[in-house]
Order: sequence, then C-alpha cells, then structure tokens
Amino acid sequence: MTVFFDTLTMRIKLGLLSIQEFSNLTYRTATSLLSRPRYWRETLDQMDSIGVGSLTIVTLTGLFTGMVLTVQSSATLDVFGARPYVGRMVSMSMITELGPVLTALMVTGRVGSGMAAELGSMVVTQQIDAMRTLGTDPIRKLVAPRMIAGVVMVPVLTVLSNVVGMLGGYVVATFTLRLSTSLYWRSALDAIIIEDLFVGLVKPIVFGYIIVAVGCYQGLTTTGGTRGVGKSTTQSVVAASILILASDYFLNLLMLRFVY
Amino acid sequence: MPTPVISLRNVYYAYPGTDAYALHDISFDITAGTTEIIIGGSGSGKSTILKLVLGLIKPESGVIKIDGEDISGMEEPDLMRIRAVIGMVFQEGALFDSLSVAENVGFRLREHERLSEEEFRARVGRMLGFVGLSEHYDRMSTELSGGQRRRVAVARAMAHQPELILYDEPTTGLDPITGATICNLIVKLRDLQGVTSVLVTHQLRDAFRVAQSFAVQKDGELNYDRIDELELLVGTEFLVLNEGRIVFRGRQKDLWETDEPYVRQFLDGQAPALLNQKRQFT
Repeated sequence: MTVFFDTLTMRIKLGLLSIQEFSNLTYRTATSLLSRPRYWRETLDQMDSIGVGSLTIVTLTGLFTGMVLTVQSSATLDVFGARPYVGRMVSMSMITELGPVLTALMVTGRVGSGMAAELGSMVVTQQIDAMRTLGTDPIRKLVAPRMIAGVVMVPVLTVLSNVVGMLGGYVVATFTLRLSTSLYWRSALDAIIIEDLFVGLVKPIVFGYIIVAVGCYQGLTTTGGTRGVGKSTTQSVVAASILILASDYFLNLLMLRFVY
Repeated sequence: MPTPVISLRNVYYAYPGTDAYALHDISFDITAGTTEIIIGGSGSGKSTILKLVLGLIKPESGVIKIDGEDISGMEEPDLMRIRAVIGMVFQEGALFDSLSVAENVGFRLREHERLSEEEFRARVGRMLGFVGLSEHYDRMSTELSGGQRRRVAVARAMAHQPELILYDEPTTGLDPITGATICNLIVKLRDLQGVTSVLVTHQLRDAFRVAQSFAVQKDGELNYDRIDELELLVGTEFLVLNEGRIVFRGRQKDLWETDEPYVRQFLDGQAPALLNQKRQFT
C-alpha cells in the first residue's frame, strides 16, 4: 500500500513538474518574441515547412471531409425533404468544427512529431547544449520561430481546408445529389455569420500554439538517447491530439457564452 | 595570489529524478594558463563537472566561480556573458547537422559579431586552417568523418578566442592516430595561444600525451616535442574522480606514486603500454 501511495505521489509530482516546465517554456517563448534578436529567416523557413509542406495533406483531408459530409448529411436531410440545405450543413460544420480540428490533427501528425524528433535529436546529440555554450538561447532561435509559424500557418491551412471542403461538397452535391450550383452555394454562404468566421479563426490559432508548444516541449525534454527520441515523438502526437480535442470542447463553451 | 579561472567549493550535484549524488563535495581551483586533466571511469562525474562550469546545470549546493564571479545561481542571460570566455568541445563534436562546416565554426561569429562576409570567411578560414581542414569549408558537417568532426568542434570552440577551453572526451571512439591529432591540437592551442585547458578523458594514453608534449613554432614551422623531466610539467595537474568524489589531485609524478586504491586500479588497468611511459619518467 505504501509503495502504491509513493508511486502515486511521485507521478503527481512529475505531472506538476511537467505543467510547470511547459508553462515556463511558453512564458520564455512569449518573452523572447518581445525582444531582440529575432530570427526572421528561421521563421520563414518554418512557415514554409509548416505551411507549404502541409498543403497536400491538408487539402486532401479537407476535400474528402467535405465530400463525405455531403453524402452522409444528405441521407439524413432527405428524410425531412431538406436536401437543398446540404450546403449549409457542410459550410457550418467545416468552418466551425471539422476544418479547424481535422487540420490541426493532420498538422500535429506531420509537423508536431517532426519538431519533437528534430529537437529531441538535437538534445541527445548535445547540439542544444552546444548552442547554449555558444551564447545562443535555443528557445529564442528554435522555439520562437516555430511558434510564430504555427500560429500563423495553422489558421491559413484551416481556411484552405474549409474552402476545399466546401468545394468537395459542391462536387458531390452537383454530380451525385443533382443539386444546382446556385442552390448549393446560396445555402452554404447564407448560413455563415461573422461569429462563425471568428470562431473558425480563433480555434486554429489556439491549436497552432498547442501543436508547436507540445512538440517543442517534448523534444527539448527528451532523455534516453535515440529510444527517447522515438518516445518523445509519439508522446507529442498523443498529447497534442488530446489537448486539441479537449480545448476544442472548452473553446466551444467559451464561444457560446461570449461570442454568439 | 591570482584569481582562479575556475573555482569549485563544496559542490554537490544529483541528476533530476535520482536520489544519489553524481558529485560529492567537489572543491578545486584552476589558474590561468594551466591544464587540468580530469580522469576517471564512465559515470564518475567528469562530464558533469564541465556542465556545471558552463552553467548548463546548477549544483544542489556549493559555489562555482568563473573568473571570480559566482555562477551557481546565475540566470541564463548572465550566463551567456560568462560563456563568452569559454570554449567547449563536446563528446562526438555536437556539430549542428543542418549547417555547413563553415557555418558551424562561425556560429558564434554570425550570432554575436557583425562581420562582413569577407571578414567572416577570413576568420573561419583561419580557424579551419589551424585544425587542418581548410578544404572542407563548404561541406556539410554530416559528410565528415568522426575525427574531422572533432577537429571542426575544436575550431568552433576557439573561433571566438576564449581564455578557457573545456574538452569532454575529445578522443573517445577515435583510432590512435586521429586521437593523437586531436591531442596535438589541444597542445598547440595551449602552448601557442596560451589557452587554459580542462581535459576530461578516461584514456590515460591521451592524458599523458597532452601532459608531456609541448608545441614550439620556429621559423614558421610547428614542432611537437616531449618533456623528459617530470619537474618541467609545472602547468599540468591531474584530478581523478571515482563515483563522484575526488580521490586524487596532483602532478603526474605523484599520480604514479600514489597508493590510492582506485588510482592504482585505474593505472594498472591501462598497462602495459603505459608502464613503458612510466619507466621513461622514473
């Protein structure tokens, strides 16, 4: 019994320590953004890596999500004779929910894991220590550019995913469901209000922060050689995915309370 | 008495998540221009001392001073200033994989000095010339052999002309000839540039090579020679660590004569090649 409580206490302590370190990393990243030197070249490189590098996976995800959504929702809408409203269903779902969440999950798998692996490898090969020894703050040079790139590019990718999703829905609606172009787009665009666009942009900013912060935190706290790098990579995807889904719920509650 | 470049007083350190101390009550001073050779088995705490000196980790208790300034509780921005006078050669080199050889060597120059491209090329070229790798200026660091990576690491450590260079197992995993090249570089830096050196190693062969060799430059030609009298080894001290405790500190002559059981075991473990060296000096 004593062993059980000792283990539990140790786990709670380690959990609290992780939260403290994670908060500290966020604070140091934020403060490093407010002062010089700033690494614009690295920031552009990261924007290219996160944004351009994720274009294919994000557009494909958006396209098929929009298509599936149209097929699935039309079956339900047909019961009520409401097939013409399928555009509304697709646009609302993509902009406020599926676009932000699915884009974030895809970027987590592609970029968050890459960040954890890259920084983790740098830790175990002492490159991070070398950087500190050479007078450069790794958070300023490695984390801050990724953070800027994440919170800028994830919303851009989300908007793209939403647009492609609605286009995918349009293709299915016109060619399979035999809806007219004007009917689909009028239904889709009339349903969107400014609050929806606001929600659809705030969420990916938060998700962008989560992806980068978790990926960098897992990478920079890697221990245990190459095996540790693999573990950090897996943990970064799992932790970021859970945080994205959980924060999505709480963001919805907040938005319903304060925005709508 | 001059202020020591490095001073440790009653330093204790335990790695996070462990109860056992990695270092117990470590105290020693290193004065400018001297060479300290820290030897001991794997896990004895040698590299931990270097990390403490660089401020990469903080001691549980005790005081660490660099040039008389206490760095034990110093914040990262202030530590950056302290590190400006220190160069470090990491195990395996720790070169940045994504950068070329020149960008690795000139990393600190790019970050902290506003040099024109010509000045940058000249400074980095000079450093690479010093370690004999001028022709590799534009190559990626990942394309180099193990020995070349260590030499680039030495060039990077000396690029900002530090007063003190720390070497963490710089010859581990290298063949004897490449290891000797690295040792000669350490000697060259010490004797021609007057750099204070701390060499961490578990290879006595390399430790003695650094302790007994000296470099002289005559008429533009560089020669290495070996010291034949122990009394000439004034600037070199040996420090032996066992399980995080200092078990010996003194000159090479005293090292051979000590009865300390761990030191004896350590020396005897690297016979017979070293016994020949011993015979040379006794």
